[in-house]
Amino acid sequence: MFGKLSLSSIPFDQPIVMWTLAGVVIMGAFVLGAVTYYRKWTYLWKEWFTTVDHKRIGIMYIILALVMLLRGFADAIMMRGQQAMAAAGAQGYLPPHHFDQIFSAHGTIMIFFMAMPFVVGLMNMIVPLQIGARDVAYPFLNSLSFWLTACGVVLIMLSLFIGDFSATGWLAYPPLSELKFSPTVGVDYYIWALQLAGLGTTLSGINFVVTILRMRTPGMALMKMPVFTWTALVTNILIVAAFPALTVALALLGADRYLGMHFFTNDLGGNAMMYINLIWIWGHPEVYILMVPCFGVYSEIISTFSGKPLFGYKSMVYATVAIGVMSFLVWLHHFFTMGSGANVNAFFGIATMIISIPTGVKVFNWLFTMYRGRIRFTVPVLWTIGFMVTFVIGGMTGVLLAVPGADFVLHNSLFLIAHFHNMIIGGVVFGCLAALNFWFPKAMGFKLEERWGKWSFWCWLVGFYVAFVPLYMLGLMGATRRMQHYDNPAWQPYFVVAFIGAAIIFAGIGFTLLQIVVSIRNREANRDLTGDPWGGRTLEWATSSPPPFYNFAVLPKGEELDQFWHDKEAGVAYRQPAKYEDIHMPRNTGVGVFMGAFGVLLGFGLIWHIWWLAILGLVGMIGSFLTRAYDRDVDYYVPAAEVEKIERARMVPLNGLIDRVDVAASEQRVA
Amino acid sequence: MNSSVITADGIAVHEEHHDDSSKTLLGFWIYLMSDCLIFSALFATFAVLSHAYAGGPTGKDIFDLKYVLGETMLLLVSSFTFGMAMLNMHADKRNKLLGWMVITFLFGAAFVGMEIHEFVGLIHEGAGPDRSAFLSAYFFLVGTHGLHVTCGLIWMGVMMHMVHRYGLDGIVKRRLSCLSLFWHFLDVIWICVFTFVYLHGVL
Amino acid sequence: MNKRSIVTSLRWMCAGVAVLLSGCHMEVLSPKGDIGMDERSLIFIALGLMSLVVIPVIVLTLVFAWKYRASNTKATYAPKWSHSTAIEAAMWAIPCVIIAILAYITWTSTQRLDPYRPLQSKVRPITIQAVSLDWKWLFIYPDYGVASVNQIAFPVDVPVHFEITSGTVMNAFFIPQLGSQIYAMAGMETQLHLIAREQGTYDGLSSNYSGAGFSDMRFNAIATSQQGFQDWIKQAKAAPATLDASAYQSLLVPSQKVPVSYYGSVTPGMFGHILQPGMKGMARAGKPMDGMSAAAGMAVVPAHPTQSKAAE
Repeated sequence: MFGKLSLSSIPFDQPIVMWTLAGVVIMGAFVLGAVTYYRKWTYLWKEWFTTVDHKRIGIMYIILALVMLLRGFADAIMMRGQQAMAAAGAQGYLPPHHFDQIFSAHGTIMIFFMAMPFVVGLMNMIVPLQIGARDVAYPFLNSLSFWLTACGVVLIMLSLFIGDFSATGWLAYPPLSELKFSPTVGVDYYIWALQLAGLGTTLSGINFVVTILRMRTPGMALMKMPVFTWTALVTNILIVAAFPALTVALALLGADRYLGMHFFTNDLGGNAMMYINLIWIWGHPEVYILMVPCFGVYSEIISTFSGKPLFGYKSMVYATVAIGVMSFLVWLHHFFTMGSGANVNAFFGIATMIISIPTGVKVFNWLFTMYRGRIRFTVPVLWTIGFMVTFVIGGMTGVLLAVPGADFVLHNSLFLIAHFHNMIIGGVVFGCLAALNFWFPKAMGFKLEERWGKWSFWCWLVGFYVAFVPLYMLGLMGATRRMQHYDNPAWQPYFVVAFIGAAIIFAGIGFTLLQIVVSIRNREANRDLTGDPWGGRTLEWATSSPPPFYNFAVLPKGEELDQFWHDKEAGVAYRQPAKYEDIHMPRNTGVGVFMGAFGVLLGFGLIWHIWWLAILGLVGMIGSFLTRAYDRDVDYYVPAAEVEKIERARMVPLNGLIDRVDVAASEQRVA
Repeated sequence: MNSSVITADGIAVHEEHHDDSSKTLLGFWIYLMSDCLIFSALFATFAVLSHAYAGGPTGKDIFDLKYVLGETMLLLVSSFTFGMAMLNMHADKRNKLLGWMVITFLFGAAFVGMEIHEFVGLIHEGAGPDRSAFLSAYFFLVGTHGLHVTCGLIWMGVMMHMVHRYGLDGIVKRRLSCLSLFWHFLDVIWICVFTFVYLHGVL
Repeated sequence: MNKRSIVTSLRWMCAGVAVLLSGCHMEVLSPKGDIGMDERSLIFIALGLMSLVVIPVIVLTLVFAWKYRASNTKATYAPKWSHSTAIEAAMWAIPCVIIAILAYITWTSTQRLDPYRPLQSKVRPITIQAVSLDWKWLFIYPDYGVASVNQIAFPVDVPVHFEITSGTVMNAFFIPQLGSQIYAMAGMETQLHLIAREQGTYDGLSSNYSGAGFSDMRFNAIATSQQGFQDWIKQAKAAPATLDASAYQSLLVPSQKVPVSYYGSVTPGMFGHILQPGMKGMARAGKPMDGMSAAAGMAVVPAHPTQSKAAE
């Protein structure tokens, strides 16, 4: 009846897990209680859960990402604590079984459920606004994508309390992840959480490619798109092209585990190298899927706050496209030590180095955007400058690892760990937090407090170096990754320093949360009435903050780069039409939520071999989808009169401000 | 469906939201490309494992080309009959469309039936997917295609009901066009399966 | 920020790095063999070359950020300037040149440091067969008919040819102070050539995570004199245990923190049996491994060709 599931699946004997469970239950009860007490369930359901509005979906993605950042970070600091303790015969406080799950969960969560939702959330929030569209191409599919991602999150969080999580590293290399060596449900949690979330991501990728290709406002040629939209386009093409490889790799691993097949087993002809190739054919583009949108974020920020157009727009676009294409030609550099021939290794090493050329070009572009600018040191700019300095160091160690001869001694060491955290923290996390500060007023209608934002930045920056420079050094001392304990007492001081670094980063996360809380409390003081709090250049700043659900009452022109800046200069930025038109909008739907919920049942049933539940989940998903297919009332028109009312309400406070905005812009122009 | 909006310049343009059909088709094409990559990865896996017999049967031992040729013909004919269905859709001939769809459905179902029969036979002979890496790759690749055809059949059933219920309106036509793309796509994949798995395995 | 303060701060930075580096024992940067030394210089050359771009970029970032700060109204402001063919050409060209040089170095060094490539030497190399198990290393000396667990010895100045496989999940064979590592994979043989130039006992380890006992999957690599090596062999020969199929079966049982032990004799062809379970009568001995006896026809995959095939 319940497959492999029984009461003993709950790890009652592990106090850390049980305390966490208690904490989650209490916090969960508190949140649910508060929602019930303030009678917000209807509001949440109608306005948020069932929404097909890309902006709200974007916000939900980012909230999800921030929650998972806390979970992933909890794993990180537990690892740092363990390694700071477990030297020279000491065993620390985490037994291998637990420690191994923690580093696997840390990597899986940070990549799939923190970084991915964050960048997908940003693209959701901003891309349609930047291209002057009213929504994405398939609003329902967008909601479905989000709920499938959430379904993956639910499964991975369940693994904490029911059964165990994979203890095979974040990529679950076979044969270790095969049934013979990992007989518990851990790897199954991994497989199904990723498959369901991955399906959501693929749908999202298709959605955004079509949105960007087909829904740009009239006049906006591809080479007139804002850079962030360009990076989003490349990213989503990468998603569509790379995720199939992940789907296949996980499906084949699942076939081995569930159907007794022999793709990657040690016996009967299986070949684990096939998995390693497949997973990295997805995995390398994946790091660019995370990184490229952040390049776009930095580009927008640096040009906005330097008061200049981005230097070398065309170079930037070509560099982005080149990175996207090249990212598919380098996967083998993740396993130079697998015994490929010298020519194969050298080819992939050199291909990897070639990627650093367009990446270097980007850095120069940002550099010369600052040159002869008027840089305002806001929080987003701090993140950007912190990124530029940190990122080139990470790039340098990355190219070093791309030299097979050097990789032979650095592979799988803590040097490698330091390198990719250098890229993912210094590149992706900094980018996401920069974007959070930059676009928060657009999403929420008020700015984030600068002060706590600066505190957060400095903690993250200092914490990053304190945490990861020791790891670079430990790598050079022969310390390898994923050690639950080690014998060499000389390593311990470095691990202790790294732990302190992680604690400083924790303070950084705390300040970000504090910044958000304080800003919400003081929101009236930081209200953005113009819709253009930074002197923005692209179309998302042309509408109000937060934008009305239809984004633009009239579709804006998009004939110039930095169209909004151009309009402000020409003095036509806030011109209202003589007459409004009806606006066609999609209706909210709960089908995405239901499909996500049935997805959880499907995944849970498969993980625990509860077949009736799995069938119920699958039938439920298909049934919900069919309900949607038969629903003929999926859109409606917003009457022109209502549009006019909303727009007039916005213009009243704005009218007093417009002159000031235009004057500020022209002052900058003159100066 | 012809409303237009006025841009800031006062130039009338067709609002993007109403251009659903071509947008959907583009998205569906992109989905098909993505799916095509799934099959590419499976073909690559099959190529790598195509000689990992582990002492078990080889392609020569288990493939019956005549049988597979029969399957192939069923699928090819079903593609043709779906083509006929689509011609009738464009001509707004609802009943003829339904007739051709029923025929297509039967051919597709016969294909799936033959495939299941083939699989069951192999498993009974002890040449199931757990016998060797070669057989795992074979069953997974061909099975994934079969699963796609099965999904196509379910979709086709739903579409027949929709044609019956709503007639040939824009939404139904759009979805039929997508299904048509899907069905022909599966045919192309099958040609590759037939060539690289069966023919190559026997020759 | 004037030139002088930059120079001073750079000097401080260099001093700081030097202190940090001298304070610890960087095994990878203090190699005791040819391969390791070659790899160390490769690391330094590559870092040096890249610093030519990276350091100026960092400095320029900070300088530009400071100089063009909004409050510095004396600095030039060019709000429309966003293109310069000369600068853009340079910023494509400079990385191209550096990467071209690095690519050349990569190509030659990758050929030279290919782990499969035998080392040039007048002395006949020693062959050691290494098998990763859960969670210990088994080493076989086919020329001497001895085997050991978690310890190897070899004379200095003699090339060592490692033949590596796994009896379980994937691991990686690595002696940081001697140079390259390479994966150990079941059913496949990878190879590695190393040489030690200084006597000493070096840490050896698995650098690829392989499950619960991974952290203790360490071994000693003793580089010693010819005499010391002969003594070590003699010591091993004196051990009563024989490495045969049943001894191997008991080694397959997972265990952690396994002490060093020796086998005085080894069934001939043992490594081949491990590589191709089920062949040549292996299935007879001990209890049959699950379904492996049926694997008689399974081709052993040499990592080299299959790798490139999979890579396609």
